[in-house]
Amino acid sequence: MEVKILSAKFDIKDAHKIKVAKEHGAYSTLDKVFAMKPEDVIELVKNSGLRGRGGAGFPAGVKWGFLPKGTGKPVYLAVNSDESEPATFKDRYILVKDPHSMIEGIIICSYAIGSHDTYIYIRGEYTTQVKALQAAIDEAYKEGYLGDKVAGHDFKLNVTVHRGAGAYVCGEETALLESVEGRKGQPRSKPPFPAVAGLYGCPTIINNVQTIASLPFIIANGADAYKAYGTEKSPGTHLFGISGHVEKPGMYELPLGLPLLEVIDKVAGGVWKGRKLKGIIPGGSSTPVLLPEEAKTVTLDYESMAEHKTMFGSGGIVVLDETVDMVHLVKNLIDFYHHESCGQCTPCREGLGWMLKIIKKILSGDGTMVDVDLLRELCDNIEMKTVCVLSAACTMPVRSYLDKFRHEFVAYVTKNDSSAAEAK
Amino acid sequence: MSDRSQLISTGTPFQFDKERDAEFERLVKRYPTRESMILPALWLTQEQEGWISQEAMAYIADRIGTYASKVYEAATFYTMYHLHPMGKNHICVCRTLSCWLRGKQEIVDYLKDEIGIKPGQISDDGKFSLEEVECLGHCGTAPVVQVNGEFHENMDVDKLKSLLATLK
Repeated sequence: MEVKILSAKFDIKDAHKIKVAKEHGAYSTLDKVFAMKPEDVIELVKNSGLRGRGGAGFPAGVKWGFLPKGTGKPVYLAVNSDESEPATFKDRYILVKDPHSMIEGIIICSYAIGSHDTYIYIRGEYTTQVKALQAAIDEAYKEGYLGDKVAGHDFKLNVTVHRGAGAYVCGEETALLESVEGRKGQPRSKPPFPAVAGLYGCPTIINNVQTIASLPFIIANGADAYKAYGTEKSPGTHLFGISGHVEKPGMYELPLGLPLLEVIDKVAGGVWKGRKLKGIIPGGSSTPVLLPEEAKTVTLDYESMAEHKTMFGSGGIVVLDETVDMVHLVKNLIDFYHHESCGQCTPCREGLGWMLKIIKKILSGDGTMVDVDLLRELCDNIEMKTVCVLSAACTMPVRSYLDKFRHEFVAYVTKNDSSAAEAK
Repeated sequence: MSDRSQLISTGTPFQFDKERDAEFERLVKRYPTRESMILPALWLTQEQEGWISQEAMAYIADRIGTYASKVYEAATFYTMYHLHPMGKNHICVCRTLSCWLRGKQEIVDYLKDEIGIKPGQISDDGKFSLEEVECLGHCGTAPVVQVNGEFHENMDVDKLKSLLATLK
């Protein structure tokens, strides 16, 4: 089931070094790119159907097309390598094993959108990864692929790595921009969208690492070759991270559209220790959980996930076996999002705090049915009432556990509440 | 979360060493505004000293030409900046979803017993500090522990024992 497009060089020894990477085709698309008109590059990427791999799945070429023309202002590219959504661990493979495909992608994108300055925003925790990335960028400068004349063409491009320092919210694109500008990562109100007024008030495109690293293949082989993988509306391949209770957790590149359960069984070795499946988180911790019964008809693409009232997200699949206590799991999730709230909006800053207090009360055995229902009500009252979607990233999954595993919450409060015994 | 509002003074002025000074000058040319250097300068300080003092924040503000409050804002918002000295070996255990599912609690409990400190504390001899952190992005090889920036994947108590033995 696995394919090797993005991960083609992952198994090659020293592919992170420019000499080895070049022997295997790195930077070979540049002459072709510079011979094209920038708008034709955008058109090609549009035709490939490549969608943003950060989680939202917005078509990359369409996003580039939102840049206003002739503003006289510089255009910036920000590469989002914040990768902080729990269960997401795909981009760091690119950063460490094949950084030159991303740098080549940055050159392609920069040429297409007319940008001469790229900032790669990498999460602070990626200590070893940032060193590997910086070393690759230094090599690219030395070899003339970055700097005043990119690969000998009349095109200037600087790439700067900007390290975050432990804030999940900086994966949100406007919080990321705030952070590059030197402030705390508090998301901006939109509109204006970054394409119009982004970094330093200038037109800015923000793309995920994997999106950018997908570009060389598309340029080299054409839109149809990319569309040969995946489904009609979700073309291409994706680096899926499978974690939790499976025999073979890890990162696997797969075409989009494969059946979820088959992937868990055949690629990830199935539920570990011969246990039964209890639930699947399909695309990072913020995506609503799927019951085994629901998962039967799910395929790994944006459309199927939406049909099943969940999300494709970042492709971070978490498998939960029969031993998982869903009330504890929900506490773990709320803890995370509450800790990571930037504090800007009251419903998120205070609301997630209240959710944490309530789930702790339920877990301690002091809760009643009122608490279970209040937790559910809070989800509805917090969601979509904040500047960014961090709060929804907490309430959406929590609501799904409350609805699909309600009996487990009820069981915790039964001894205090006779009405709960009936509700059970 | 620990109190991040208190600054600690060393009583002596701070400045970048030669290497950090050069890196600051290289980076500052890359940004159209000097304030973009706030995060990078805080990182350079932490690399040099291990933590960020009141004097260091004042120095950064001065060097950039901005208000000290702006440096303070960033330093206190971003949890990876240490606002006090840490243990010689700083141990971070991931506490989030996938690591939690695959036994991070055993790791934390073992460390608590072995080193004698709780997450958020520093051992009396200054040899260790322990922190439970949010997702470290190594979910496929959970549970994961990060020691002085190095990742240790697929951890269990046995591996942890051998790892601790190597830490001085």
